[in-house]
Amino acid sequence: MRITTTVNGDRQDVDDVWEGESLLYVLRERMGLPGSKNACEQGECGSCTVYLDGTPVCACLVAAGQAQGRDVVTVEGLAPDTGQHDDLHPVQQAFLECGAVQCGFCTPGLLVASHDLLRRNPHPSDPEIREALAGNLCRCTGYEKILDAVRVAADKLDGAPA
Amino acid sequence: MDFLRPTSWAEALEAKAAHPGAVPIAGGTDVMVELNFDRHRPEALLDLNQVTELQQWAEDGTRIRLGAGVTYTRIIEELGDPLPGLAMASRTVGSPQIRNRGTVAGNLGAASPAGDAHPPLLATGAEIRVASTRGTRTLRAEDFYTGVKRNALEPDELIEAVVLEKAKGPQQFAKIGTRNAMVISVAAFAIALDPEAGTVGTGIGSAAPTPRRARDAETFLAGELAAHGLWETRGAIPDSLTREFGERVRRAASPIDDVRGTAAYRLHSLAVMARRTLGWAWADLQNDQRKAS
Repeated sequence: MRITTTVNGDRQDVDDVWEGESLLYVLRERMGLPGSKNACEQGECGSCTVYLDGTPVCACLVAAGQAQGRDVVTVEGLAPDTGQHDDLHPVQQAFLECGAVQCGFCTPGLLVASHDLLRRNPHPSDPEIREALAGNLCRCTGYEKILDAVRVAADKLDGAPA
Repeated sequence: MDFLRPTSWAEALEAKAAHPGAVPIAGGTDVMVELNFDRHRPEALLDLNQVTELQQWAEDGTRIRLGAGVTYTRIIEELGDPLPGLAMASRTVGSPQIRNRGTVAGNLGAASPAGDAHPPLLATGAEIRVASTRGTRTLRAEDFYTGVKRNALEPDELIEAVVLEKAKGPQQFAKIGTRNAMVISVAAFAIALDPEAGTVGTGIGSAAPTPRRARDAETFLAGELAAHGLWETRGAIPDSLTREFGERVRRAASPIDDVRGTAAYRLHSLAVMARRTLGWAWADLQNDQRKAS
């Protein structure tokens, strides 16, 4: 089947999509957007987290056909597009500065989840950060650096448009 | 495989009638796992996301009619006051990403004994409205679960809504798991008190082939509270009574040993959760009285 969707602001038409495949597969294998990671394929790890009509979801649990006509934002779409290769959103900068990235597999999902948290709640408490990131597993960092990064990102965004 | 995308409830029912083997998909949090792991290849997926009628809840007198497509996130954010037990259970579902997609009707469709929504549905006497092109019928939650991952839906039927009474008293929920997120419950328990009617509702999860009520515990506790005049005085519940309630809840369960826990642990934890949730609910009731006086 054919799927038409808006991804990171651009209209994407994809043909020959199998009815049982996930939005994650479509993004990675058919649209060439490998930022969202394919790890558990059952919603446990959060590494495929994307925005679907502005709501964070696990792309592996959205059927491709359910994305028809909808708006998707992936980790590739978080930073403003100024034409510079190293454009980063403040949340991404904070992750790099704080050492919150090691193998990097969980990072795209954590970035989208953190981005969403700070959009909804610019000054989250530590329990609120933990709750917001509860669906994203990291096996490298032990989470402390990630929590640091979210706090730093909140400071960076303070007063600045998200 | 077909992908069916009805845009109205009438179209959805016609699609299900024409394709009884089609698997309904809303949040996808169960259905897509089956597909991703190639455990199941249905003849068609029936996407319910475009059926706007299902995405709404509404007040109907003393009741809330919860459309099948309303997500756990919305229940937590919008229905905590009228449906406290269900909102508490919703908070324990998966993760934010899962709660943003998952629905109570999905829990009912999957009919896993471990579904977090089931205990509060049982404890509050919720009704499940199901429909087909042949018509609509309403089932009590306790009649909806027919076996492990089996429910009372006919092949041409879809879940339309869950209808719940607005809380008439305190409701509580407890769940045992290994961490505070992404946990399939080892055991779960819900309680709902109705001080005006003098009734107690219960729901047990993950400790029998289906979610079930602990009826004997309900009638025992309601009767003893009445006999001691406690519904009126809202005085402290004697420890012996709380313990006996826990015992009777434990006896209502018939769990198995599995990877998440042993039957013995499930039974023990149920007795403890029953005691604790009763304590919390009773404290809520006492606080209400203090505020009112």
